[in-house]
Amino acid sequence: MPEAKPEPVLDATDRRLMVATQAGLPRVSRPYEWLAGELDIGADEVLRRLQRMLDSGVIRRIGAVPNHYAIGYTANGMSVWDVDDARIDELGVRVGALEFVTHCYRRPRRLPDWPYNLFAMVHSQDRAEVSARVAEIATLLGNACRTHDILYSTAILKKTGLRIAG
Amino acid sequence: MRKAAALDETDRRLINALQGDFPLVPEPYRQVGEVLGLSEDEVLRRLDSLLEHRVLTRFGPMFQIERAGGAFVLAAMRVPEDEFDRVAGQVNAFPEVAHNYRREHSLNMWFVLATATPQGIAETIVAIEAATGYPVFAFPKEREYFVEMKLRA
Repeated sequence: MPEAKPEPVLDATDRRLMVATQAGLPRVSRPYEWLAGELDIGADEVLRRLQRMLDSGVIRRIGAVPNHYAIGYTANGMSVWDVDDARIDELGVRVGALEFVTHCYRRPRRLPDWPYNLFAMVHSQDRAEVSARVAEIATLLGNACRTHDILYSTAILKKTGLRIAG
Repeated sequence: MRKAAALDETDRRLINALQGDFPLVPEPYRQVGEVLGLSEDEVLRRLDSLLEHRVLTRFGPMFQIERAGGAFVLAAMRVPEDEFDRVAGQVNAFPEVAHNYRREHSLNMWFVLATATPQGIAETIVAIEAATGYPVFAFPKEREYFVEMKLRA
């Protein structure tokens, strides 16, 4: 999605704050004060910098990332679609707006191995429900979609979240 | 596949509340607790337990690495079954691999690379191909229509 947000300017202190929080926020009564002590700056400066990174999109949000298996979403299907290039942006926005789609991207095809250019992640309680939801996406895409597939995950091999540095 | 963890109603309410915007105030856990009718200690105790049991994989700022000059790319490999465990071990050993899923498809290994610079992606792909002996297909995002990992617990 094009964003009108200002281009972020990050200084060395912002980067130290990112490194200090990339493993997570401290679970103590006053977490921002704790970080301020680590970085040797004021607690209100920590809050100001975090707010600025939220405003500029460097931080998407501050919160919890559930393991979807552990909270009952045991079926996870990556649905992939070969959508008419002339219509993909208009339709991608509509697929992304469906409440059961957690991620939705346009990506390059890798012909001849991979004809798909739209990826929509669907999480559900079981595969039957995933495939019912994928059928809803198929209806929405109609004749703009030539072919599609669902790639179910069968194991999490690694999940550490991303690291910036440090 | 792991089974759904035993969560009580309070855990679920806490998980749902913590997926929203965590408050930027001096005592944020207390504020979350007030909304849920829990003490600050109870919030912290449950949050520790949810992380320890891997019900939550993370709690904190979610960085959008591209906005900080870094890069984030989905990639896939086609790995023969009898080589799968070896290759998974080699791929997972790269710190640039943030997560990795096995999927049912001829492209059967799907992972996300996160690097501090865009050229780090290309370098890591070359290194993974050299280590494993298999090609890596990169699927950089061209456009994001929606990203929100909120799932009701």
